[in-house]
Amino acid sequence: MSKEYEGIMVFAEQHEGKIHPVVFELLGKGRELADVKKVKLYSVLLGYKVREIASELIYYGADEVYVFDDEKLAVIDVVKYAKVIGELIREVRPEIVLFGATRVGRSLAPRIAAILETGLTADCTGLYIDDKGELVQVRPAFTGNILAHIKTKTRPVMATVRYRVMKMPKRNSNRQGRIIIRNTPQIEDSRVKIIGKLRRKKIDITKENIIVACGRGLKRKEDIKMIEELASILGGVIGASRPLVDEGWISRDHQVGFSGNVVRPKLYIACGISGSPQHLAGMRDSEIIIAINNDPSAPIFRIADYGIIGDLYEIIPKLIEEIKKRKEIHESKNNKQA
Amino acid sequence: MGLSIIVPIKQVPDIERVRFDIEKGRIDRSSAPGETNPFDLNALEAAVRIKEQLGGMITAISMGPPQAISTLRDAIARGADEAILLTDIKFAGADTLATSYTLASAIRKIGKFDLIICGEKTVDGDTGQVGPEIAAFLNIPHVAYVCEIRKISCEGMVVVSDMGDAYYLVEISFPVLITVTKDINTPRLPTLKDKIKARKKQVTIWTARDLEDIADPRKFGYAGSPTQVYKITFPSVKNRKGMLFEGEEGIPKIVSILEREGII
Repeated sequence: MSKEYEGIMVFAEQHEGKIHPVVFELLGKGRELADVKKVKLYSVLLGYKVREIASELIYYGADEVYVFDDEKLAVIDVVKYAKVIGELIREVRPEIVLFGATRVGRSLAPRIAAILETGLTADCTGLYIDDKGELVQVRPAFTGNILAHIKTKTRPVMATVRYRVMKMPKRNSNRQGRIIIRNTPQIEDSRVKIIGKLRRKKIDITKENIIVACGRGLKRKEDIKMIEELASILGGVIGASRPLVDEGWISRDHQVGFSGNVVRPKLYIACGISGSPQHLAGMRDSEIIIAINNDPSAPIFRIADYGIIGDLYEIIPKLIEEIKKRKEIHESKNNKQA
Repeated sequence: MGLSIIVPIKQVPDIERVRFDIEKGRIDRSSAPGETNPFDLNALEAAVRIKEQLGGMITAISMGPPQAISTLRDAIARGADEAILLTDIKFAGADTLATSYTLASAIRKIGKFDLIICGEKTVDGDTGQVGPEIAAFLNIPHVAYVCEIRKISCEGMVVVSDMGDAYYLVEISFPVLITVTKDINTPRLPTLKDKIKARKKQVTIWTARDLEDIADPRKFGYAGSPTQVYKITFPSVKNRKGMLFEGEEGIPKIVSILEREGII
């Protein structure tokens, strides 16, 4: 008889030797769940020349890290990755396997789930162990209006988890763990040839701390410059609601909303955005929300911490002016101190 | 000649209008009319454009209640040559694994195909899992989040996949499954003539029995679904301050708040 499923495994997504921060968040959560269940926390790292970064996974909470370091795994080909990870899961038999709900995770995890014929829950925002010792996966459903608590009958229980939901744990470089270097199993040609990365995106809005977004309140494409200026003096980036993207005023990389990017920055300023359910689903979990809109009944005000009721064409230029003034005051103070 | 293309589509409720039945813990489908999942329209449009270029045949396939037939008629009006509806009480209550298993089984029954095109996700389920799971069940490769088809021939294609941090240029040979984003195209609207033509076209109906020879019926529907909703709760709405200011008087207030939060 094969052994019982036990332990928790976290997939360590990395790009060119850089581990995606969601992995550390998952290790933090995974550690917490592993301690409740008194089991081990595993991580699996695939790539080329990635041995040096394996210890990072231990510093963030893993007990054992399986490393597949191979030139064939240099770029993420989910077909190959799914085979390697699927085989490892069959051997190690973790009870729970977690992935970041990044595009890589959302393409890779279902492939593995189908290979193993096990249940997979997408885009979780919460994970907890119930009184039976079983994992409950919480995910927003119905454009975020309800939370579904989901349990899985099969093993392993698999889930993708949203970025920036779980707490980032503290790095502890004194933590000890085991790094297990594995040979890559024979993998047949996946027929997928990744010729190369075309270009890095200018921005990945989901990773930004400050987003200044604009919506239909903007009258002309050129006026985006004004929003950009506000974003840049705050050290943030520009976001947009769907209509502006559909109009072709700004690229989809900047789109915030259900069909664009789901963001949760420290500060979200919504300018001329009324707040359709589809937009709110993409930003409602931001830490601080400021809204500027001329319609006091706009739904955006209902989820805003602070709001200005007024015409964005009058408010924003003056706001920019005021922020600049304050920044100058701060700078001159700092200079004096220096 | 040409390509044999399969497009899985789903009828979904209009998420902007649909209500949630709190007592039953599920979406009240009668509260809003069904429509074709918007992301699937991009998949269908991509298939139609490939057919215009290389010729071939497009089969739209859907799993759902009998009324999902209207979604398949819409697919025919938009350019599908054939349409298959998988409908059976045994298919009901399926999670993504059971759904993809059932769809993959039906695709196996269709037989030869070169390319399967899926939308990146559905607006109601919002998982994006069914495409990659179908590919794994059929043991064919997949490329997700395709936002551009650079080159295509009867042997394979070169696509651009939007992986979040970067765009990947990927070459693949058929058979393959791709999931497409909204950036790939702008779906055309069907003409009235197309709609009338679609009304006359036969939609093939397959039940669980039709798939019995190639599939394990225990893996269909609710019974074959490993994930199950255990309870529903409402999100604790973050306690927002909700401080509103009238016009320009708000500017200094907002600036002080930004200062206090350490932003400026």
